[in-house]
Amino acid sequence: MSSNEIPSREVARRVFADEFNDSAFTFKESDDDRAPVYLLLPTGEKANRVFFVGTLTEKDDVGEDNEYWRGRIVDPTGTFFVYAGQYQPEAASMLRELEPPAYVAVVGKPRTYETDDGSVNVSVRPESIQVVDAATRDRWVVETAERTLDRIAAFDEEGNEYARMAREEYDLPIDRYKDSAVSALESLEESDSDEFGLDGGSAVEDADAESDADQSSLQTEP
Amino acid sequence: MSDLRTHAAEIAEQFSDHLDVSEDEVEERLENLVEEYRVPVEEARRSVINSYLEEAGLDRDEIGRGGNDEVRLADIDEDEQWIDVTAKVVELWEPRSDSIAQVGLLGDESGRTKFVAFETSDLPKLEEGAVYRLGNVVTDEYQGNFSVKLNKTTSIEELDEDIEVGDDSTTVEGALVDIQSGSGLIKRCPEEGCTRVLQNGRCSEHGDVDGEFDLRIKGVLDDGERVHEIIFGREVTEDLTGVTLDEAQQMAMDALDTTVVVDEMREDLLGTYYRVSGPELGRYVLADEVERLTEPADPEAVLIKARSI
Repeated sequence: MSSNEIPSREVARRVFADEFNDSAFTFKESDDDRAPVYLLLPTGEKANRVFFVGTLTEKDDVGEDNEYWRGRIVDPTGTFFVYAGQYQPEAASMLRELEPPAYVAVVGKPRTYETDDGSVNVSVRPESIQVVDAATRDRWVVETAERTLDRIAAFDEEGNEYARMAREEYDLPIDRYKDSAVSALESLEESDSDEFGLDGGSAVEDADAESDADQSSLQTEP
Repeated sequence: MSDLRTHAAEIAEQFSDHLDVSEDEVEERLENLVEEYRVPVEEARRSVINSYLEEAGLDRDEIGRGGNDEVRLADIDEDEQWIDVTAKVVELWEPRSDSIAQVGLLGDESGRTKFVAFETSDLPKLEEGAVYRLGNVVTDEYQGNFSVKLNKTTSIEELDEDIEVGDDSTTVEGALVDIQSGSGLIKRCPEEGCTRVLQNGRCSEHGDVDGEFDLRIKGVLDDGERVHEIIFGREVTEDLTGVTLDEAQQMAMDALDTTVVVDEMREDLLGTYYRVSGPELGRYVLADEVERLTEPADPEAVLIKARSI
């Protein structure tokens, strides 16, 4: 790419919370200081931006001097953590005003943070947060399951550079993401009769409550 | 095939009905001019053609037919090709320069392509809605978009038939992930023929002007694999948001701030899924039709896919 060419906009990857939270490795594809930073997904794709829809279940102002909002957004597989402060004024004011539970659509950038014990936490710095309806949320679940399955299907293809990278950086059996995509789809079929449609993750949340609590205590960015 | 060989083949083909010339012979003459005498290829081509015209006792207009391929507009994918097309004049536009005699849009079953005819070519005028067989036009490329240029050698034959012009609009789907700056209630330059969007009340061409209000959205549709930049013009924007231009102006006046309009659009539209159809123009899709995707998604098809992995 020549330097005066307009860089093309980074695509917003579709990834479920469980896979997103398993990602820890980030990399750049050029030495340029402003080169985009990519999060490597375990199913073999690079993500500089993500789009997800889930249920905002909690929000807290975890800032000390300035407002710094943390939101927990739940999908059928786990919880996304989003952090918005003074440099994300629109997203921060959205979190300030929203009353959980609510379906929200989030566009944002992955951020990783190494904890004192050496483990890496992944969160999202939102570019936008908007309230959406249940149909949009269901549509995202189906779309994300499909994209995840596409990545899994291409994982063993020759020349899949990011799959090769994922094999080197993560020692994770990718079948688990197929299983979680399938259960995410099945959760939609079960909830067809649920007129409130807010089944987004309550069951998952109980199961994950312990690990989420761990994570949230560590999730403040420096 | 080398570049010269291609030209030689075209020239030999052009004269195949009139003279006994071989490709090798033409190539040799071209080579001599280009490589020995440093003549630019186009000029060499012209000079070789002229000498054969003289030899055959022909006028320039009498050749060029027959040798070209008849090409469908949507199949034009190379610059500087001499082709024949049969097409309907879909639209004529106002020429922006004195050197241009006619400019507009040709259409055939496969799609639409811009055409230009220059004053110097002195061609009969094409009429909107009529169908022509245009012999010997040249393809041109600008930023990935192709057009055809008519020239002195172009033959124009009006045909007594109609063509159902193909719809070359594209359809894209995805989530609206961004509404970019320059969206919402904007002001355009009122100078005739200039519709530039003003920046802080200034037109980049005409300076400080009293702008005219308009509504539009420059949005980004993203399906997780690809990004499409979309321009929603006023009508589509009004349909999509339910806010008319008048209402948007009223909102801006009440708030003493035009940005309230785009803020409300963001709140209404971002994060939801749309299907957009319209022609592609450079890096943008111009939205003619927009459908909000509210139908329940069907997980069954994806489950079947999962089982097949």
